[in-house]
Amino acid sequence: MTSATKKPCIVGIGESEFTRWGGITDCSQFQVTAEAILAAVRDANLDPEDIDGFASFSNDSNEAMLMQVALGVPVVRWTSMVWGGGGGGSTGAVAQACAAIEAGHAETIVVYRGLCQGQTRRFGKFGQGRTHGNFVSPFGFFAPAQMLAPLIQRFMHDYPITELHLAEIALSGRANANRNPRAVMGGRELNLDQYLSSRWIAEPLRLYDCCLETDGAAAVVITTRERARDLPGPVVEVLASAHGSGPGWGTGPLGSHNMPDEDYCSTNNKQNARTLFAKAGLTPGDIDVAQFYDHFSGLVLMALEDFGFCGQGESGAFVEEGNIRWEGGKLPINTSGGQLSEAYVHGVNLINEGVRQLRGQSTSQVKDAQTCLVTGGLGVAPSGGLILGRV
Amino acid sequence: MSLFPETMPRPEPNMDDAGFWEACSNRRLAFQSCNDCHTLRHPPTPVCPKCRSTHVHWQEAPEIGEIFSFTRIHHASHPAVSDQLPYIVAIVTFPELPGIRFISNVTETDSIHIGMQVRLWWDDIGDGVYIPRFKAI
Repeated sequence: MTSATKKPCIVGIGESEFTRWGGITDCSQFQVTAEAILAAVRDANLDPEDIDGFASFSNDSNEAMLMQVALGVPVVRWTSMVWGGGGGGSTGAVAQACAAIEAGHAETIVVYRGLCQGQTRRFGKFGQGRTHGNFVSPFGFFAPAQMLAPLIQRFMHDYPITELHLAEIALSGRANANRNPRAVMGGRELNLDQYLSSRWIAEPLRLYDCCLETDGAAAVVITTRERARDLPGPVVEVLASAHGSGPGWGTGPLGSHNMPDEDYCSTNNKQNARTLFAKAGLTPGDIDVAQFYDHFSGLVLMALEDFGFCGQGESGAFVEEGNIRWEGGKLPINTSGGQLSEAYVHGVNLINEGVRQLRGQSTSQVKDAQTCLVTGGLGVAPSGGLILGRV
Repeated sequence: MSLFPETMPRPEPNMDDAGFWEACSNRRLAFQSCNDCHTLRHPPTPVCPKCRSTHVHWQEAPEIGEIFSFTRIHHASHPAVSDQLPYIVAIVTFPELPGIRFISNVTETDSIHIGMQVRLWWDDIGDGVYIPRFKAI
């Protein structure tokens, strides 16, 4: 059993400036990432010497061992990397950091992701060397928007889900981004007519159903409850974390779509959700605000169902009733604007926004928020989630 | 004429999927089946997930498949498809092959829907390499 003093807490969050892809030209992705980590460490009122572990995901190329040198971290006791591409491992990296802290491997671990798509490669373009590439590339199935679109197509065929429900995810996120000065799309309003007249990317996904391609980095500092208590700043507890995959996913939608029939129109989170709520001793009704990994609008609808906020096929009606809106919604979501409208930092910016909500610091603050669900990348393997709580 | 220009990415067979592409070079669309428990699987993987046997045979798919889902792609993520927009990528299933879903293209149609039947054709992309694609019936 985890002793109360070992329960991990998030004590610092940090970010770089967020720009459109190619917007950061005066320093390297590695530097941008290092600066985001330093910002998170400062936010925690800690020194880089206090860090003794690094965790990331998606083969982050800003290598931990070089980060140790760059930041002058004297001793590293933990490094971990979640398997798999995509943002599925964002919350999984936090889960691994928490496990390491609870087991006493390390005391203070930084979870980070740096992604300057202008300096590396645009995720919306063909990428060489994809696992199972032989079964997708010769057919022109190149990019995640194209690869996840058939799940949403089938979802809209099997259940009463319409383009207006997809639109609601995009419009709600944009309205939140319009209140967030850090958001790449913060200064640009979006209405339903603009949404409906935007160009198709991969049917049924239009331009505004797809996340941004941006430059930026984000980091989170996690430490023991005991250490957190000694720090002057606000503390957010990781009430529960879970990551993993259901049976038979493999490369899933990013490969040949051979998930089990019952999981096809899903985010691969049904079991993660059960684990998460059981660990936290909470139910979906206890969650005040949520940050869903919004790479593509339709997957957010599926996540509302997989995490139990509504029944199978009912997410359209759920969002139509205004439930996800910041103003008056039962479950405001993606309050920074998310990856559709704030920035695409592979989900770490969503974790930061979850922390801000529980500190009372969001630009779309949910009044007196006590609990926040944050998910990892949806519809990939592994995926996962966190339930954060106000201390 | 092949569907896409020759700059289109080609399959690069590896030790785990060579059997699939070998069958394709003979214009046979075939999927891995466990020699011991007869469970079908795709993409190719060396161990049967049901009985853990490593003995396989390649079971040929019928010519007629069914659209399980699809997307019509309007954005060129690779220069090779710029002149082909929009094109259709579909998830094809075969009633005779439970558990198999196959990514391919559907050509020669303006309309497509889930449940629609499609027929296999072979796209000759040169050097003895054939790509299995489908067209509306």
